[in-house]
Amino acid sequence: MKIISIALVSVTVLAGSAHGASKGTTVDLVAYSTPKDAFGKIISAFQKTSAGSGVGFSQSYNASFDQARAVAAGQSADVVALSLDPDIDYLVRKGLVPKNWSENSHRGITSNSVVVFVVRDGNPKHIKGWSDLVKPDIQVITPNPFTSGGARWNVMAAYGAQRRGGKTDKQAVKYLNKLFHHVPVQPDSARAALQVFAQGKGDVLLTYENDAIFANKKGVHTDYHIPKATILIETPAALTKSGLKKPAAKSFYRYIWSATAQRAFADQGYRPVLKSVAKGRFYKPPGLFTINSRKYGLNGWTKVQRRFFNPQHGIMAAIERSLGH
Amino acid sequence: MGSWPRSRGRLATESITAAPPLAGLSGGALARGVAMGYLSVVVLLPLAALIWASRAGGLGSIWDAATQPEAAAALRLTLGLAAICALVNAVAGTAIAWTLVRDRFPGKGAVDAVIDLPFALPTIVAGLTLLALYGPGGPFGIDVAFTRTGLMFALLFVTLPFVVRAVQPVLLELDTEMEEAAASLGAGSFAIFRRIVFPNLLPAILSGVALAFARAVGEFGAVVLISGNLPFKTEAASVYIFGQLQSDNQSSAAAVSVVLLFISLGVLLAIGGIRRRRTRHDRV
Amino acid sequence: MSRWALRIGTLGYLALLLLVPVGFVFYRAFEHGFGHAWHAVTTPAAVHALELTLISAAVAVPVNTVFGIILALALVRTRFPGRGLVNAVVDLPLALSPVVVGLSLYLLYGRGGWLGGLADHGIRVLFSLPGIVLATLFVSMPFVVREVVPVLREIGTEQEQAAETLGARPMQIFRRITFPAIRWAVAYGVVLTTARVIGEFGAVSAVAGTKLTLPLYVRAEVENFDTSGAYAASVVLALIAIATVVVLRAFHPREETG
Repeated sequence: MKIISIALVSVTVLAGSAHGASKGTTVDLVAYSTPKDAFGKIISAFQKTSAGSGVGFSQSYNASFDQARAVAAGQSADVVALSLDPDIDYLVRKGLVPKNWSENSHRGITSNSVVVFVVRDGNPKHIKGWSDLVKPDIQVITPNPFTSGGARWNVMAAYGAQRRGGKTDKQAVKYLNKLFHHVPVQPDSARAALQVFAQGKGDVLLTYENDAIFANKKGVHTDYHIPKATILIETPAALTKSGLKKPAAKSFYRYIWSATAQRAFADQGYRPVLKSVAKGRFYKPPGLFTINSRKYGLNGWTKVQRRFFNPQHGIMAAIERSLGH
Repeated sequence: MGSWPRSRGRLATESITAAPPLAGLSGGALARGVAMGYLSVVVLLPLAALIWASRAGGLGSIWDAATQPEAAAALRLTLGLAAICALVNAVAGTAIAWTLVRDRFPGKGAVDAVIDLPFALPTIVAGLTLLALYGPGGPFGIDVAFTRTGLMFALLFVTLPFVVRAVQPVLLELDTEMEEAAASLGAGSFAIFRRIVFPNLLPAILSGVALAFARAVGEFGAVVLISGNLPFKTEAASVYIFGQLQSDNQSSAAAVSVVLLFISLGVLLAIGGIRRRRTRHDRV
Repeated sequence: MSRWALRIGTLGYLALLLLVPVGFVFYRAFEHGFGHAWHAVTTPAAVHALELTLISAAVAVPVNTVFGIILALALVRTRFPGRGLVNAVVDLPLALSPVVVGLSLYLLYGRGGWLGGLADHGIRVLFSLPGIVLATLFVSMPFVVREVVPVLREIGTEQEQAAETLGARPMQIFRRITFPAIRWAVAYGVVLTTARVIGEFGAVSAVAGTKLTLPLYVRAEVENFDTSGAYAASVVLALIAIATVVVLRAFHPREETG
């Protein structure tokens, strides 16, 4: 029986490697759900450089934490580009990414964005601020914070905006509770949430600015509004231990911060981290804060992840339970 | 060399009865060994791993995982819609089989061929076609995406051939003498159908319905696009399992899968039972 | 009158459920011209997906055919305890959800699974071609068997037994007597198997990871709002399905429609 099993597997491995052998190195990119078009352009540009010629890529785009779990479960990855630091730190804990992954010029952050409100064409319900989201008839779409990175950015944007508006921590948490009672469904990823919203469900979608721009590009009939107070989304990328062994992967990783790549990000609606490319292209909301804005109760992802998103004791876990999930 | 029975509506269980073994065939033992080895590696070993993984947290954990609110909702929705789908197929499938066997019209051969399309078409393509037509932006102005109705359409699409192909051969073999006799005695066509034709068709309808039910319970590709997969509302059991797998909740996925596995086995047993009753009935 | 009502009712049901949706996908794919659709289906990603689909079929179909014939022979020509149970197992893939199939393979070959150790020896099953092949083998396993079994039973063993008494060896008997009798059943089963292997979605979704077969590519395109890519790939798959139906029809004359 075992012989047959090994025979079967061998035949297919041979066939598969014959198929793959003709391609040279392959770099495995595992990313969160939205940047497919952006990385597609960056990869094409990279393949035109001398370091990238002849390099094949396999790409996977899915909810950020689901991707982290998949890599931990054995999915091969050389470069992981996830939605927020904690998902990469998860892989550090699992021994798949080196501890010093973020020790480079941009702390490993590939691009920025902000949390925005995506609304129907013409904003018929006049949704402008965070208090509009909890008005009686309004339905809000956001992904599930326990699978999606974008969802966690949404939650912290909502919390931070309340704190910036003068609310206490307790009041801000209460707002979160109220907000999620306006959420009829929580799809598992940011892109899936956009799908749901595009299909007609909900009045407003909380998501990355770049996905709102993507929606417009693809002809979805939506507008988006940047609230006055919102969070700066910083999305990181890291080389895994297997990626460190591949020169092509290391070159690609460095390439992400080249001017060409950063311009590609900008063209797709992402806010580049390279100052020279970012100049004046994007609107800066007056109340922009980050995950490290202590005065608004945001003291870094490690502490925030533990307090808000611990699956058993976190604030969001309690809120989900109160919703019956 | 003659033809062979069209078996897409039927199963291997129907045809395996006492056949004389090839005398002195030492190759027989080899064939058996190889066949069993193949079956084990490809089917049995993975299923054993599934059952093992589901009981990882103790037998009680299977029940716990399957009765989680979201899992239970998905199971209820799936079983309920599959049952309705099976019933619709019982009626529509029989009607279609009747039209194909008893009626004559130009292009009937083409229509008969088309019935096989859901067997041959990849389920994701079926789902996309339904989404394109009956979802947002569809030409008829109907939008059932993200609704249970949309889910239902998908299930009806993929289960279409089962009852039709089960009933067709039986209808073909049916002798029309009794019906003609009854008609000449003044019986109305519905009474003829109810009393003479239907009892002969019933076992075939039932096995077609059982297969359609099993297929609908397990369907994934066709439902995943049009239903929207909204938890507690339009999330099918197969989609729930897939989501649990993506979130690395392996034992939870395994537990709900074991429930589906037992439903599939139950359906096969039921079909086997229908077979046995029919052959017993025929022998009388 | 009721004949007309029945005819229109059933044909209408078939049209609205089957024909119009499939036709509509063709329409959407070619809406912006043939060139547009061709462009959408010849992107590197689409071509890769088609290649992967065809390669996995090229491996899975012969394997399932050979073992399907052996399985049919074992079931019909030999006796052994538990034959009824084996029958049920052969039929199981027809009644089982493909996601359950995929999950079982994931649990068996993944980290921590019984055969998870294969990965440590460099044999990657999951997220790779072998996993895809195993998934398609599982779901398509019944087809050749189910077609061959009734034929084997019908033709009986007289000729084979006669040949044996004349001194023919088992392989000779198979090649010259058994196989010619079952070859059309085998061909039919091969066509069904091929269609199923190419089109499989649920089981492959669970084991393939980043590698996209053409059906998986369709879903990925839909999720990325690239509808033209999705429709174009769907047309390719639909054409294969239609070809399948046509070939099946050719093998099977009109006798069954009365």
